[in-house]
Amino acid sequence: MHDETWMLIEVGALLLGLSLLGRLAIKFGQSPIPLYMTAGLVFGAGGLLPLQASTDFLSSGAELGVVLLLVMLGLEYSPSELVGNLKSSARAGVWDALLNAIPGALFALVMGWGPIAALVMAGVTWVSSSGVIAKVLRDLGRLGNRETPIVLSVLVLEDLAMAFYLPILSAVVVGASLLQGAITVAIAVGSVSIVLFLAVRHGKKLSRIFHSEQPETLLMGVLGLTMLIAGLASEVQVSAAVGAFLVGIALSGQVAHNAEKLLAPLRDLFAAIFFVFFGLTTNPADIPEVLLPALALAAVTMSTKVLTGYLAAKRAGIGRPGRWRTGLALMPRGEFTVIIAGLAVTAGVQPLIAPLAATYMLITVISGPILARVTDTTWFKAKMKAAAKREGALAGSST
Amino acid sequence: MGVRIEKIDLPGMGVRHDVVTAAGQHIGVLSYRNGTREVALYDPEDPDASLASVALTAAEAAAFSDLLGHAALLSQLSGLGGGTIGLFTEQLVLPADSRYLDRPLGDTEARTKTGTSIVAILRGKEVIPSPTPSEILRMDDLIVAVGTREGLDKLDKLLAHSQV
Repeated sequence: MHDETWMLIEVGALLLGLSLLGRLAIKFGQSPIPLYMTAGLVFGAGGLLPLQASTDFLSSGAELGVVLLLVMLGLEYSPSELVGNLKSSARAGVWDALLNAIPGALFALVMGWGPIAALVMAGVTWVSSSGVIAKVLRDLGRLGNRETPIVLSVLVLEDLAMAFYLPILSAVVVGASLLQGAITVAIAVGSVSIVLFLAVRHGKKLSRIFHSEQPETLLMGVLGLTMLIAGLASEVQVSAAVGAFLVGIALSGQVAHNAEKLLAPLRDLFAAIFFVFFGLTTNPADIPEVLLPALALAAVTMSTKVLTGYLAAKRAGIGRPGRWRTGLALMPRGEFTVIIAGLAVTAGVQPLIAPLAATYMLITVISGPILARVTDTTWFKAKMKAAAKREGALAGSST
Repeated sequence: MGVRIEKIDLPGMGVRHDVVTAAGQHIGVLSYRNGTREVALYDPEDPDASLASVALTAAEAAAFSDLLGHAALLSQLSGLGGGTIGLFTEQLVLPADSRYLDRPLGDTEARTKTGTSIVAILRGKEVIPSPTPSEILRMDDLIVAVGTREGLDKLDKLLAHSQV
Protein backbone atom coordinates (compact mmCIF):
# COMPACT_ATOMS: atom_id res chain seq x y z
CA MET A 1 0.00 0.00 0.00
CA HIS A 2 1.00 3.64 -0.55
CA ASP A 3 2.17 5.83 2.28
CA GLU A 4 -0.82 8.10 1.68
CA THR A 5 -3.18 5.19 2.17
CA TRP A 6 -1.48 4.30 5.44
CA MET A 7 -1.63 7.94 6.48
CA LEU A 8 -5.40 7.94 5.96
CA ILE A 9 -5.80 4.73 7.94
CA GLU A 10 -3.58 5.81 10.83
CA VAL A 11 -4.92 9.34 11.18
CA GLY A 12 -8.47 8.12 10.75
CA ALA A 13 -8.13 5.49 13.46
CA LEU A 14 -6.36 7.98 15.69
CA LEU A 15 -9.07 10.64 15.36
CA LEU A 16 -11.81 8.08 15.87
CA GLY A 17 -10.08 6.89 19.01
CA LEU A 18 -9.59 10.45 20.25
CA SER A 19 -13.27 11.19 19.72
CA LEU A 20 -14.26 8.20 21.85
CA LEU A 21 -11.71 9.11 24.55
CA GLY A 22 -12.89 12.72 24.50
CA ARG A 23 -16.48 11.63 25.01
CA LEU A 24 -15.45 9.55 27.97
CA ALA A 25 -13.54 12.47 29.51
CA ILE A 26 -16.40 14.92 29.05
CA LYS A 27 -18.81 12.40 30.57
CA PHE A 28 -16.73 12.47 33.75
CA GLY A 29 -16.45 16.25 33.67
CA GLN A 30 -12.76 16.17 32.74
CA SER A 31 -10.81 18.02 30.11
CA PRO A 32 -9.97 15.72 27.20
CA ILE A 33 -6.47 17.22 26.84
CA PRO A 34 -4.73 14.71 29.17
CA LEU A 35 -6.25 11.84 27.23
CA TYR A 36 -5.07 13.27 23.90
CA MET A 37 -1.56 13.51 25.25
CA THR A 38 -1.67 10.02 26.73
CA ALA A 39 -2.83 8.72 23.36
CA GLY A 40 0.24 10.36 21.86
CA LEU A 41 2.47 8.62 24.39
CA VAL A 42 0.97 5.24 23.51
CA PHE A 43 1.43 5.68 19.75
CA GLY A 44 4.79 7.42 19.84
CA ALA A 45 8.34 6.17 19.60
CA GLY A 46 8.87 3.75 22.47
CA GLY A 47 5.12 3.48 23.01
CA LEU A 48 2.92 0.44 22.57
CA LEU A 49 1.90 0.99 18.97
CA PRO A 50 4.26 3.38 17.17
CA LEU A 51 2.71 5.14 14.18
CA GLN A 52 4.67 4.98 10.92
CA ALA A 53 3.24 6.83 7.96
CA SER A 54 1.38 9.67 9.58
CA THR A 55 4.10 11.41 11.59
CA ASP A 56 4.76 13.99 8.84
CA PHE A 57 1.10 14.87 8.69
CA LEU A 58 0.79 15.02 12.48
CA SER A 59 3.90 17.17 12.74
CA SER A 60 2.48 19.74 10.32
CA GLY A 61 -0.90 19.42 12.00
CA ALA A 62 0.64 20.15 15.39
CA GLU A 63 2.33 23.27 14.02
CA LEU A 64 -1.01 24.41 12.63
CA GLY A 65 -2.62 23.55 15.97
CA VAL A 66 -0.39 26.01 17.83
CA VAL A 67 -1.12 28.70 15.26
CA LEU A 68 -4.87 28.11 15.54
CA LEU A 69 -4.86 27.97 19.35
CA LEU A 70 -3.12 31.31 19.49
CA VAL A 71 -5.06 33.12 16.79
CA MET A 72 -8.28 32.09 18.55
CA LEU A 73 -6.90 33.36 21.83
CA GLY A 74 -6.14 36.68 20.15
CA LEU A 75 -9.60 36.82 18.58
CA GLU A 76 -11.26 36.30 21.95
CA TYR A 77 -9.66 39.41 23.40
CA SER A 78 -10.41 42.85 22.10
CA PRO A 79 -7.51 45.34 22.12
CA SER A 80 -9.38 47.50 24.63
CA GLU A 81 -9.64 44.54 27.04
CA LEU A 82 -5.91 43.96 26.81
CA VAL A 83 -5.03 47.59 27.46
CA GLY A 84 -7.65 47.93 30.18
CA ASN A 85 -6.41 44.83 31.96
CA LEU A 86 -2.82 45.90 31.71
CA LYS A 87 -3.72 49.08 33.55
CA SER A 88 -6.01 47.60 36.17
CA SER A 89 -4.32 44.32 37.06
CA ALA A 90 -0.67 44.89 36.27
CA ARG A 91 0.26 44.25 39.89
CA ALA A 92 -1.52 40.89 39.98
CA GLY A 93 0.29 40.02 36.75
CA VAL A 94 3.69 40.78 38.26
CA TRP A 95 2.95 38.70 41.36
CA ASP A 96 1.75 35.90 39.15
CA ALA A 97 4.96 35.99 37.14
CA LEU A 98 7.27 36.13 40.16
CA LEU A 99 5.46 33.53 42.25
CA ASN A 100 5.08 30.98 39.49
CA ALA A 101 8.03 31.46 37.15
CA ILE A 102 10.73 31.51 39.82
CA PRO A 103 9.98 28.02 41.22
CA GLY A 104 10.29 26.61 37.69
CA ALA A 105 13.60 28.36 37.10
CA LEU A 106 14.98 27.24 40.48
CA PHE A 107 13.88 23.70 39.72
CA ALA A 108 15.90 23.65 36.50
CA LEU A 109 18.96 25.01 38.30
CA VAL A 110 18.64 22.42 41.08
CA MET A 111 18.39 19.68 38.47
CA GLY A 112 21.62 21.05 37.02
CA TRP A 113 20.14 21.82 33.62
CA GLY A 114 21.71 25.25 33.25
CA PRO A 115 20.41 28.80 32.76
CA ILE A 116 18.70 28.32 29.37
CA ALA A 117 16.66 25.42 30.74
CA ALA A 118 15.85 27.63 33.73
CA LEU A 119 14.31 30.21 31.40
CA VAL A 120 12.33 27.43 29.72
CA MET A 121 11.09 25.95 32.99
CA ALA A 122 10.09 29.41 34.24
CA GLY A 123 7.64 29.60 31.37
CA VAL A 124 6.49 26.02 31.83
CA THR A 125 5.35 26.65 35.41
CA TRP A 126 4.22 30.25 34.94
CA VAL A 127 1.27 30.14 32.58
CA SER A 128 -2.13 28.72 33.50
CA SER A 129 -4.34 27.27 30.79
CA SER A 130 -7.00 29.79 29.76
CA GLY A 131 -8.85 27.12 27.79
CA VAL A 132 -9.11 24.62 30.65
CA ILE A 133 -9.90 27.26 33.28
CA ALA A 134 -12.59 29.01 31.24
CA LYS A 135 -14.25 25.63 30.79
CA VAL A 136 -14.02 24.79 34.51
CA LEU A 137 -15.59 28.15 35.43
CA ARG A 138 -18.40 27.55 32.95
CA ASP A 139 -19.00 23.98 34.18
CA LEU A 140 -19.12 25.05 37.83
CA GLY A 141 -21.50 27.93 37.05
CA ARG A 142 -19.06 30.53 38.30
CA LEU A 143 -19.09 32.96 35.39
CA GLY A 144 -21.38 35.28 37.35
CA ASN A 145 -19.17 35.19 40.43
CA ARG A 146 -17.49 38.38 41.46
CA GLU A 147 -14.02 36.84 41.59
CA THR A 148 -14.28 35.54 38.01
CA PRO A 149 -13.09 38.78 36.35
CA ILE A 150 -9.94 38.51 38.47
CA VAL A 151 -9.26 34.97 37.29
CA LEU A 152 -9.83 36.04 33.69
CA SER A 153 -7.62 39.11 33.92
CA VAL A 154 -4.74 37.06 35.31
CA LEU A 155 -5.15 34.76 32.31
CA VAL A 156 -5.22 37.69 29.89
CA LEU A 157 -2.04 39.14 31.31
CA GLU A 158 -0.27 35.79 31.12
CA ASP A 159 -1.27 35.40 27.49
CA LEU A 160 -0.11 38.92 26.77
CA ALA A 161 3.17 38.29 28.59
CA MET A 162 3.72 35.27 26.35
CA ALA A 163 3.83 37.63 23.35
CA PHE A 164 7.11 38.91 24.80
CA TYR A 165 8.37 35.79 26.54
CA LEU A 166 8.17 33.44 23.54
CA PRO A 167 10.26 35.63 21.20
CA ILE A 168 12.87 36.05 23.93
CA LEU A 169 12.90 32.31 24.52
CA SER A 170 13.17 31.44 20.83
CA ALA A 171 16.07 33.86 20.51
CA VAL A 172 17.84 32.44 23.55
CA VAL A 173 17.42 28.75 22.74
CA VAL A 174 18.97 29.28 19.32
CA GLY A 175 22.10 29.70 21.39
CA ALA A 176 23.80 32.63 19.72
CA SER A 177 26.60 34.58 21.38
CA LEU A 178 25.68 37.07 24.09
CA LEU A 179 25.79 40.09 21.77
CA GLN A 180 24.06 38.25 18.93
CA GLY A 181 21.45 37.01 21.38
CA ALA A 182 20.85 40.49 22.80
CA ILE A 183 20.34 41.90 19.29
CA THR A 184 17.89 39.11 18.38
CA VAL A 185 15.96 39.65 21.60
CA ALA A 186 15.85 43.41 21.02
CA ILE A 187 14.56 42.94 17.47
CA ALA A 188 11.97 40.41 18.65
CA VAL A 189 10.65 42.49 21.53
CA GLY A 190 10.74 45.67 19.46
CA SER A 191 8.78 44.18 16.58
CA VAL A 192 6.22 42.62 18.94
CA SER A 193 5.73 45.98 20.66
CA ILE A 194 5.29 47.79 17.35
CA VAL A 195 2.88 45.21 15.97
CA LEU A 196 0.92 45.19 19.23
CA PHE A 197 0.68 48.98 19.17
CA LEU A 198 -0.45 49.01 15.54
CA ALA A 199 -2.92 46.21 16.22
CA VAL A 200 -4.49 48.10 19.10
CA ARG A 201 -4.57 51.41 17.24
CA HIS A 202 -5.29 50.42 13.65
CA GLY A 203 -6.74 46.90 13.89
CA LYS A 204 -9.99 48.11 12.32
CA LYS A 205 -8.24 48.86 9.02
CA LEU A 206 -6.90 45.32 8.83
CA SER A 207 -10.36 43.94 9.49
CA ARG A 208 -11.71 45.95 6.57
CA ILE A 209 -9.85 43.91 3.95
CA PHE A 210 -12.04 40.94 4.79
CA HIS A 211 -15.69 40.53 4.00
CA SER A 212 -17.34 39.23 7.13
CA GLU A 213 -20.44 37.80 5.42
CA GLN A 214 -18.81 35.28 3.07
CA PRO A 215 -17.76 32.29 5.16
CA GLU A 216 -15.54 30.66 2.54
CA THR A 217 -13.45 33.66 1.64
CA LEU A 218 -13.32 34.83 5.25
CA LEU A 219 -12.06 31.45 6.44
CA MET A 220 -9.37 31.25 3.80
CA GLY A 221 -8.45 34.91 4.20
CA VAL A 222 -8.06 34.87 7.96
CA LEU A 223 -6.36 31.47 8.04
CA GLY A 224 -4.07 32.53 5.21
CA LEU A 225 -3.07 35.78 6.85
CA THR A 226 -2.52 34.04 10.19
CA MET A 227 -0.32 31.30 8.72
CA LEU A 228 1.60 33.84 6.63
CA ILE A 229 2.33 36.12 9.59
CA ALA A 230 3.06 33.13 11.84
CA GLY A 231 5.57 31.83 9.31
CA LEU A 232 7.23 35.20 8.87
CA ALA A 233 7.39 35.67 12.64
CA SER A 234 9.00 32.27 13.02
CA GLU A 235 11.52 33.21 10.34
CA VAL A 236 12.71 36.23 12.36
CA GLN A 237 12.78 34.24 15.66
CA VAL A 238 9.59 35.82 17.04
CA SER A 239 7.90 32.40 17.17
CA ALA A 240 4.95 31.41 15.02
CA ALA A 241 2.63 31.31 18.02
CA VAL A 242 3.17 34.99 18.78
CA GLY A 243 2.63 36.00 15.16
CA ALA A 244 -0.72 34.19 15.17
CA PHE A 245 -1.69 35.75 18.51
CA LEU A 246 -0.99 39.25 17.17
CA VAL A 247 -3.11 38.63 14.06
CA GLY A 248 -5.95 37.53 16.33
CA ILE A 249 -5.69 40.69 18.41
CA ALA A 250 -5.52 42.96 15.37
CA LEU A 251 -8.74 41.59 13.88
CA SER A 252 -11.82 43.06 15.50
CA GLY A 253 -15.54 43.62 15.19
CA GLN A 254 -17.80 41.47 13.04
CA VAL A 255 -14.84 39.99 11.13
CA ALA A 256 -13.32 38.71 14.38
CA HIS A 257 -16.66 37.41 15.60
CA ASN A 258 -17.40 35.48 12.41
CA ALA A 259 -13.82 34.27 12.02
CA GLU A 260 -13.97 32.89 15.55
CA LYS A 261 -17.00 30.81 14.67
CA LEU A 262 -15.41 29.53 11.45
CA LEU A 263 -12.02 28.71 12.96
CA ALA A 264 -13.34 27.04 16.11
CA PRO A 265 -13.86 23.57 14.56
CA LEU A 266 -10.45 23.73 12.86
CA ARG A 267 -8.86 24.74 16.16
CA ASP A 268 -10.52 21.85 17.98
CA LEU A 269 -9.18 19.37 15.42
CA PHE A 270 -5.63 20.66 15.13
CA ALA A 271 -5.24 21.50 18.81
CA ALA A 272 -6.07 17.86 19.56
CA ILE A 273 -3.42 16.82 17.04
CA PHE A 274 -1.00 19.24 18.69
CA PHE A 275 -1.42 17.56 22.08
CA VAL A 276 -1.20 14.10 20.52
CA PHE A 277 1.94 15.07 18.68
CA PHE A 278 3.64 16.31 21.83
CA GLY A 279 2.80 12.95 23.39
CA LEU A 280 4.21 11.24 20.30
CA THR A 281 7.53 13.02 20.55
CA THR A 282 7.83 12.21 24.24
CA ASN A 283 9.31 8.85 25.04
CA PRO A 284 7.18 7.19 27.74
CA ALA A 285 10.28 5.35 28.98
CA ASP A 286 11.63 8.69 30.24
CA ILE A 287 8.60 9.39 32.42
CA PRO A 288 9.41 7.24 35.49
CA GLU A 289 12.68 9.11 35.86
CA VAL A 290 10.96 12.51 36.02
CA LEU A 291 7.78 11.45 37.80
CA LEU A 292 8.85 12.40 41.34
CA PRO A 293 10.43 15.73 40.37
CA ALA A 294 7.32 16.54 38.33
CA LEU A 295 5.06 15.75 41.28
CA ALA A 296 7.12 17.97 43.58
CA LEU A 297 7.19 20.77 41.05
CA ALA A 298 3.44 20.48 40.53
CA ALA A 299 2.79 20.59 44.29
CA VAL A 300 4.92 23.70 44.72
CA THR A 301 3.69 25.63 41.70
CA MET A 302 0.05 24.73 42.26
CA SER A 303 0.39 26.19 45.77
CA THR A 304 2.03 29.33 44.43
CA LYS A 305 -0.85 29.71 41.96
CA VAL A 306 -3.32 29.46 44.83
CA LEU A 307 -1.35 32.15 46.63
CA THR A 308 -1.33 34.34 43.49
CA GLY A 309 -5.08 34.07 43.12
CA TYR A 310 -5.71 34.53 46.83
CA LEU A 311 -3.65 37.73 46.96
CA ALA A 312 -5.09 39.15 43.74
CA ALA A 313 -8.65 38.52 44.95
CA LYS A 314 -7.91 39.94 48.37
CA ARG A 315 -6.62 43.12 46.79
CA ALA A 316 -9.81 43.39 44.75
CA GLY A 317 -11.88 43.23 47.92
CA ILE A 318 -13.18 39.70 47.45
CA GLY A 319 -14.23 37.75 50.57
CA ARG A 320 -12.32 34.79 51.94
CA PRO A 321 -14.18 31.98 50.13
CA GLY A 322 -13.87 33.89 46.86
CA ARG A 323 -10.11 34.25 47.36
CA TRP A 324 -9.74 30.49 47.65
CA ARG A 325 -11.93 29.98 44.61
CA THR A 326 -9.73 32.36 42.60
CA GLY A 327 -6.53 30.61 43.65
CA LEU A 328 -7.75 27.07 43.17
CA ALA A 329 -9.24 27.86 39.77
CA LEU A 330 -5.90 29.09 38.43
CA MET A 331 -3.97 25.85 39.00
CA PRO A 332 -4.22 23.94 35.68
CA ARG A 333 -1.38 24.52 33.20
CA GLY A 334 -1.91 23.64 29.57
CA GLU A 335 -1.19 24.72 26.04
CA PHE A 336 1.62 27.20 26.76
CA THR A 337 3.45 24.71 28.96
CA VAL A 338 3.48 22.33 26.02
CA ILE A 339 4.33 25.02 23.46
CA ILE A 340 7.28 26.22 25.53
CA ALA A 341 8.56 22.72 26.22
CA GLY A 342 8.18 21.88 22.53
CA LEU A 343 10.22 24.91 21.56
CA ALA A 344 12.98 23.94 23.94
CA VAL A 345 13.07 20.31 22.87
CA THR A 346 13.20 21.19 19.16
CA ALA A 347 16.19 23.42 19.91
CA GLY A 348 17.79 20.56 21.87
CA VAL A 349 18.04 22.35 25.21
CA GLN A 350 17.53 19.43 27.56
CA PRO A 351 15.82 16.24 26.42
CA LEU A 352 14.27 15.56 29.81
CA ILE A 353 12.17 18.75 29.59
CA ALA A 354 9.68 17.01 27.28
CA PRO A 355 8.72 14.12 29.59
CA LEU A 356 8.85 16.43 32.60
CA ALA A 357 6.59 19.08 31.06
CA ALA A 358 4.21 16.38 29.81
CA THR A 359 3.96 14.76 33.25
CA TYR A 360 3.73 18.12 34.99
CA MET A 361 1.00 19.35 32.69
CA LEU A 362 -0.93 16.09 33.05
CA ILE A 363 -0.80 16.32 36.86
CA THR A 364 -2.01 19.92 37.00
CA VAL A 365 -4.64 19.59 34.33
CA ILE A 366 -6.15 16.46 35.91
CA SER A 367 -5.97 17.46 39.58
CA GLY A 368 -6.59 21.21 39.10
CA PRO A 369 -10.24 21.04 38.01
CA ILE A 370 -10.96 18.43 40.72
CA LEU A 371 -9.38 20.57 43.44
CA ALA A 372 -11.26 23.63 42.15
CA ARG A 373 -14.46 21.90 43.24
CA VAL A 374 -13.33 21.74 46.87
CA THR A 375 -14.70 25.23 47.49
CA ASP A 376 -18.21 23.99 46.70
CA THR A 377 -18.19 21.31 49.41
CA THR A 378 -20.05 21.77 52.69
CA TRP A 379 -16.81 21.01 54.54
CA PHE A 380 -15.13 24.03 52.94
CA LYS A 381 -18.12 26.28 53.52
CA ALA A 382 -18.30 25.32 57.20
CA LYS A 383 -14.58 25.98 57.50
CA MET A 384 -15.00 29.44 55.94
CA LYS A 385 -17.90 30.24 58.24
CA ALA A 386 -15.88 29.22 61.29
CA ALA A 387 -12.97 31.39 60.12
CA ALA A 388 -15.28 34.36 59.57
CA LYS A 389 -16.77 33.87 63.03
CA ARG A 390 -13.33 33.73 64.65
CA GLU A 391 -12.36 36.90 62.88
CA GLY A 392 -15.62 38.54 63.91
CA ALA A 393 -15.07 37.55 67.55
CA LEU A 394 -11.54 38.92 67.38
CA ALA A 395 -12.71 42.19 65.91
CA GLY A 396 -15.48 42.34 68.50
CA SER A 397 -13.13 41.85 71.44
CA SER A 398 -10.67 44.44 70.24
CA THR A 399 -13.24 47.25 70.15
CA MET B 1 -33.81 58.15 41.63
CA GLY B 2 -30.70 56.82 40.01
CA VAL B 3 -29.83 53.16 40.10
CA ARG B 4 -26.26 52.08 40.70
CA ILE B 5 -25.06 49.85 37.91
CA GLU B 6 -21.47 48.70 37.70
CA LYS B 7 -19.93 47.39 34.49
CA ILE B 8 -17.25 44.72 34.80
CA ASP B 9 -15.33 43.24 31.83
CA LEU B 10 -15.11 39.49 31.47
CA PRO B 11 -12.14 39.33 29.10
CA GLY B 12 -12.75 36.98 26.22
CA MET B 13 -16.36 36.33 27.18
CA GLY B 14 -18.38 39.51 27.50
CA VAL B 15 -19.41 41.88 30.25
CA ARG B 16 -21.24 41.69 33.54
CA HIS B 17 -23.44 44.46 34.87
CA ASP B 18 -24.04 44.57 38.58
CA VAL B 19 -27.24 46.13 39.80
CA VAL B 20 -27.44 47.02 43.46
CA THR B 21 -31.02 47.38 44.65
CA ALA B 22 -32.15 49.90 47.26
CA ALA B 23 -32.39 47.00 49.72
CA GLY B 24 -28.72 46.19 49.14
CA GLN B 25 -29.27 43.05 47.05
CA HIS B 26 -26.96 42.39 44.11
CA ILE B 27 -28.21 41.19 40.76
CA GLY B 28 -25.70 40.30 38.08
CA VAL B 29 -26.56 40.46 34.40
CA LEU B 30 -24.04 38.65 32.22
CA SER B 31 -23.94 39.52 28.54
CA TYR B 32 -21.94 37.06 26.49
CA ARG B 33 -20.47 37.84 23.10
CA ASN B 34 -22.76 35.36 21.37
CA GLY B 35 -25.84 37.30 22.48
CA THR B 36 -27.02 35.06 25.32
CA ARG B 37 -27.69 36.63 28.68
CA GLU B 38 -27.57 35.28 32.18
CA VAL B 39 -29.16 36.70 35.30
CA ALA B 40 -27.31 35.75 38.49
CA LEU B 41 -28.32 36.04 42.13
CA TYR B 42 -25.78 36.07 44.94
CA ASP B 43 -25.38 34.12 48.15
CA PRO B 44 -26.09 36.37 51.15
CA GLU B 45 -23.45 34.53 53.19
CA ASP B 46 -20.80 34.73 50.48
CA PRO B 47 -21.65 37.75 48.34
CA ASP B 48 -18.99 36.87 45.75
CA ALA B 49 -20.56 33.56 44.76
CA SER B 50 -23.53 33.35 42.46
CA LEU B 51 -26.16 31.08 43.94
CA ALA B 52 -28.23 30.54 40.87
CA SER B 53 -28.32 31.86 37.38
CA VAL B 54 -30.86 31.84 34.60
CA ALA B 55 -29.66 31.65 31.02
CA LEU B 56 -31.68 33.65 28.51
CA THR B 57 -31.53 33.75 24.73
CA ALA B 58 -31.37 37.18 23.12
CA ALA B 59 -35.13 37.13 22.40
CA GLU B 60 -36.01 35.98 25.92
CA ALA B 61 -33.80 38.65 27.43
CA ALA B 62 -35.56 41.33 25.37
CA ALA B 63 -38.98 40.05 26.40
CA PHE B 64 -37.88 39.86 30.02
CA SER B 65 -36.58 43.41 30.06
CA ASP B 66 -39.86 44.59 28.53
CA LEU B 67 -41.72 42.89 31.35
CA LEU B 68 -39.58 44.57 33.97
CA GLY B 69 -39.64 47.95 32.25
CA HIS B 70 -43.43 48.20 32.13
CA ALA B 71 -44.30 46.84 35.51
CA ALA B 72 -48.01 46.79 34.85
CA LEU B 73 -48.10 47.14 31.13
CA LEU B 74 -47.97 44.27 28.69
CA SER B 75 -47.42 45.47 25.20
CA GLN B 76 -46.29 44.30 21.86
CA LEU B 77 -44.70 46.63 19.38
CA SER B 78 -44.46 45.92 15.70
CA GLY B 79 -43.14 48.13 12.93
CA LEU B 80 -45.25 49.05 9.91
CA GLY B 81 -43.62 48.66 6.51
CA GLY B 82 -40.84 46.60 8.04
CA GLY B 83 -40.10 49.30 10.60
CA THR B 84 -38.41 51.47 8.01
CA ILE B 85 -40.91 54.32 7.90
CA GLY B 86 -40.83 54.94 11.63
CA LEU B 87 -44.44 53.99 12.28
CA PHE B 88 -45.37 51.24 14.72
CA THR B 89 -48.47 49.56 16.00
CA GLU B 90 -48.58 48.62 19.63
CA GLN B 91 -50.95 46.43 21.57
CA LEU B 92 -51.01 47.34 25.22
CA VAL B 93 -53.03 46.15 28.15
CA LEU B 94 -54.64 48.83 30.26
CA PRO B 95 -52.93 48.59 33.68
CA ALA B 96 -55.22 47.60 36.56
CA ASP B 97 -54.36 50.75 38.51
CA SER B 98 -54.61 53.20 35.63
CA ARG B 99 -56.38 56.47 36.41
CA TYR B 100 -58.34 56.10 33.16
CA LEU B 101 -59.98 52.85 34.23
CA ASP B 102 -63.78 53.08 33.88
CA ARG B 103 -63.46 56.52 32.30
CA PRO B 104 -64.17 57.52 28.69
CA LEU B 105 -61.36 57.22 26.15
CA GLY B 106 -61.67 60.98 25.44
CA ASP B 107 -60.40 61.76 28.94
CA THR B 108 -56.98 60.38 28.09
CA GLU B 109 -56.51 63.05 25.39
CA ALA B 110 -54.13 60.52 23.88
CA ARG B 111 -54.11 62.00 20.36
CA THR B 112 -53.38 65.53 21.58
CA LYS B 113 -50.79 64.56 24.17
CA THR B 114 -48.94 61.79 22.32
CA GLY B 115 -49.79 62.12 18.64
CA THR B 116 -50.79 58.47 18.47
CA SER B 117 -54.10 57.07 17.27
CA ILE B 118 -56.01 54.42 19.15
CA VAL B 119 -57.40 52.40 16.28
CA ALA B 120 -59.15 49.59 18.15
CA ILE B 121 -59.93 48.16 21.57
CA LEU B 122 -60.07 44.41 22.13
CA ARG B 123 -62.26 43.44 25.05
CA GLY B 124 -62.42 39.68 25.57
CA LYS B 125 -63.72 38.37 22.24
CA GLU B 126 -65.32 41.69 21.33
CA VAL B 127 -63.56 44.03 18.92
CA ILE B 128 -64.31 47.76 18.97
CA PRO B 129 -62.84 49.25 15.78
CA SER B 130 -62.25 53.03 15.67
CA PRO B 131 -63.49 53.66 19.21
CA THR B 132 -65.21 57.03 19.81
CA PRO B 133 -64.03 59.40 22.60
CA SER B 134 -67.07 58.35 24.64
CA GLU B 135 -66.02 54.68 24.78
CA ILE B 136 -65.50 53.69 28.46
CA LEU B 137 -62.18 51.92 29.17
CA ARG B 138 -62.50 48.68 31.14
CA MET B 139 -60.09 46.45 33.02
CA ASP B 140 -58.00 44.11 30.81
CA ASP B 141 -58.82 46.09 27.68
CA LEU B 142 -56.25 45.53 24.96
CA ILE B 143 -55.61 48.86 23.29
CA VAL B 144 -54.27 48.92 19.74
CA ALA B 145 -52.50 52.13 18.84
CA VAL B 146 -50.51 53.42 15.85
CA GLY B 147 -47.82 56.05 16.09
CA THR B 148 -44.14 56.84 16.23
CA ARG B 149 -41.88 55.11 18.72
CA GLU B 150 -41.72 58.18 20.97
CA GLY B 151 -45.47 58.76 20.74
CA LEU B 152 -46.19 55.16 21.76
CA ASP B 153 -43.75 55.40 24.65
CA LYS B 154 -45.62 58.50 25.81
CA LEU B 155 -48.93 56.65 25.47
CA ASP B 156 -47.55 53.80 27.60
CA LYS B 157 -46.66 56.27 30.33
CA LEU B 158 -49.94 58.16 30.02
CA LEU B 159 -52.06 55.04 30.44
CA ALA B 160 -49.85 53.63 33.17
CA HIS B 161 -50.35 56.78 35.19
CA SER B 162 -51.96 55.52 38.36
CA GLN B 163 -55.04 56.89 40.09
CA VAL B 164 -53.25 58.68 42.87
